[in-house]
Amino acid sequence: MSMTDLYNITLMQGFAGLSLFSVLLLMGLGLAIIFGQMGVINMAHGEFMAIGAYTVYLSSVLAERFVPGFVQAYFPFAILLAFMVAFAVGWLAEWALIRHLYKRPLDTLLATWGLSLGMQQVFRSTFGPKEVSPTLPDWLMGSWSPSEGLDIPINGLFVMALTLLVTGLVMLALYRSSWGLKVRATVANRPMANATGINTRRTDRVTFAIGCGIAGIAGAAFTTIGSTGPTSGSLYIVDAFLVVTFGGAASLLGTVASAFGIAQTQSITEFFLDGSMARVLTLLTVVVILMIRPQGLFAARIRK
Amino acid sequence: MNNAFLTWFRTRGLFSWLALAVVLLVLFPLLLDSFRLGLVGKYMTYGFVAIGLVMLWGYGGVLSLGQGVFFGLGGYAMAMFLKLEASDPESTKIQSTPGIPDFMDWNQLTALPAWWEPFQYLPVALLGVIVVPTLLAFVIGYALFKRRVGGVYFAIITQAIALILTVLIIGQQGYTGGVNGITDLKTLLGWDIRTDSAKLVLYYVCAILLLLAILGCGWIQRSKLGTLLLAMRDKEDRVRFSGYDVAMFKTFVFCLSAMLAGIGGALFTLQVGFMSPSFVGIVPSIEMVIFAAVGGRMSLVGAVFGALLVNFGKTYFSESFPDLWLFLMAALFIGVVLAFPNGLAGLIDSHIKPWLARWRTAKAAAPMAPADPAPPPVPAAAAQPPEPSLPAHLAQEKT
Repeated sequence: MSMTDLYNITLMQGFAGLSLFSVLLLMGLGLAIIFGQMGVINMAHGEFMAIGAYTVYLSSVLAERFVPGFVQAYFPFAILLAFMVAFAVGWLAEWALIRHLYKRPLDTLLATWGLSLGMQQVFRSTFGPKEVSPTLPDWLMGSWSPSEGLDIPINGLFVMALTLLVTGLVMLALYRSSWGLKVRATVANRPMANATGINTRRTDRVTFAIGCGIAGIAGAAFTTIGSTGPTSGSLYIVDAFLVVTFGGAASLLGTVASAFGIAQTQSITEFFLDGSMARVLTLLTVVVILMIRPQGLFAARIRK
Repeated sequence: MNNAFLTWFRTRGLFSWLALAVVLLVLFPLLLDSFRLGLVGKYMTYGFVAIGLVMLWGYGGVLSLGQGVFFGLGGYAMAMFLKLEASDPESTKIQSTPGIPDFMDWNQLTALPAWWEPFQYLPVALLGVIVVPTLLAFVIGYALFKRRVGGVYFAIITQAIALILTVLIIGQQGYTGGVNGITDLKTLLGWDIRTDSAKLVLYYVCAILLLLAILGCGWIQRSKLGTLLLAMRDKEDRVRFSGYDVAMFKTFVFCLSAMLAGIGGALFTLQVGFMSPSFVGIVPSIEMVIFAAVGGRMSLVGAVFGALLVNFGKTYFSESFPDLWLFLMAALFIGVVLAFPNGLAGLIDSHIKPWLARWRTAKAAAPMAPADPAPPPVPAAAAQPPEPSLPAHLAQEKT
């Protein structure tokens, strides 16, 4: 093995880690808002991602059937649509279910688990039990090889770029917009936020819906990597929660850092061990660190 | 004397226990054929988990989403013993290495792993059923409760542990049997556990152990420890400031629930004849919570009925209307949280019991009441619906 081979392997390995990092981060972002900021345990988070994925699938089928010329360009619009659909369903879920349970976090957990089961069955009845994947535009396929022996998959790059974009937008929205100010005020001190004239109930609903919408974007992005089945949402849920908890629940920066840490640990151990052992080792590391440092990596200082 | 006995009986909630005993020990064996009775026996093993959750969640206020881990560990400890007995050199002589379990042979293992060795002996295996889950619960509980992790974070971490164990079992096929689990279990010390008569014996063993476990947990609930658990659930800091070591009490109740789940798992293996990772992971673990929630998170007997009912429903619906089952399950989860947080037992306390009491007083008033010194039972739970989650004996003291 020559030096360039080693160099290429390191580079590709690094890219695999970064790719996993963006997947985890995209998964955790919506939850960082819903669970991290609002403290709602949304066990149906994975199903909101599945909504996004199915929306993309549906738009690809529609685009193929009715406007074949549009197939190359539908994808960005489908992502936007995925956000909107997941946003709407999230809005509905908050109105019907979550708002009654803000004071009972453990019960929220059970209720949203029930919601996730119901949604899974809806997916199964509508789209069938088989896994589906949308027809991807050509520009998302294949790989990019900047030099000999170096292959970087384009869908990985795409997810990465999307993650950067969404993370930037969320940061901007949370720390520079009036909505973000309201959210942070509500998190910090609800009665006081109410007293200053913030409609905290409305803020809650919008916040929950935006978190769900971001989950929808995540699900839409993941269609470029894998296929979607009725139960694929449930595969993500533990990872998503661990990313957010490990980062320190109320800190967005912590979510980024923990997604990075978990992804790197996973991809490096995967290089030496087989996949399942690498996963066990990574999860175990996270759990042990959480046992030693329950507040997560970045503890937010909030007066309780 | 008779009335004193009755009051003693009632304050300990023994009537419902007696009802459960009659149903499990007399009614079901008489009414059901051996196949259905076997199913009930299987469901009863979930009853162990459910009463563990009543202690941990209803009384301790700690929700664990990892009870499947303990159920699985108990079940696997039992299955390992049975598997070793089933794979003696004589019956496995076609393997390339006779005398080791078949799945090890398929995975090119040539010797029994060292940590399997102790499970050749029944006492060790039985000890393992109890000790392994309890020990794991102790480590997890001690580490987390000492750092005052509770509520949501505890739930998420236990859920992650359930995932870890599942991935580990599935990944280490050669040592654990992988996704198929440990199958083809035949005999227990030479006694064939697959015959109908053996199943009946196991059913009774399971039922009696379950009833004993309920008595034991009921005893804990009425002891000072039970009161402390409730106090901790409602005002943890006050209990801590009174000088109690809150973390150790929580760890204790977590260990108790793990031990019960482990026993349930072992009995499951014995009755069903195999153990697989599909009883360990996230989904079964959270389903176990719904058993307790449907039956009533404050009622031991209710939780057992919850486990039986939900599983009956699951078997029936997933056979007859597979599409409806998940919707029904979703409705159960949401309904139990929004509409009746104390489950079936709570419904009985708030609706049936007051009605019964009214009926009884009406009957006593109409014909010149014969000396009936039994105090007109105050509908304790109905009197204070905002705080319904106090057990009967404490609620009565309050009124």
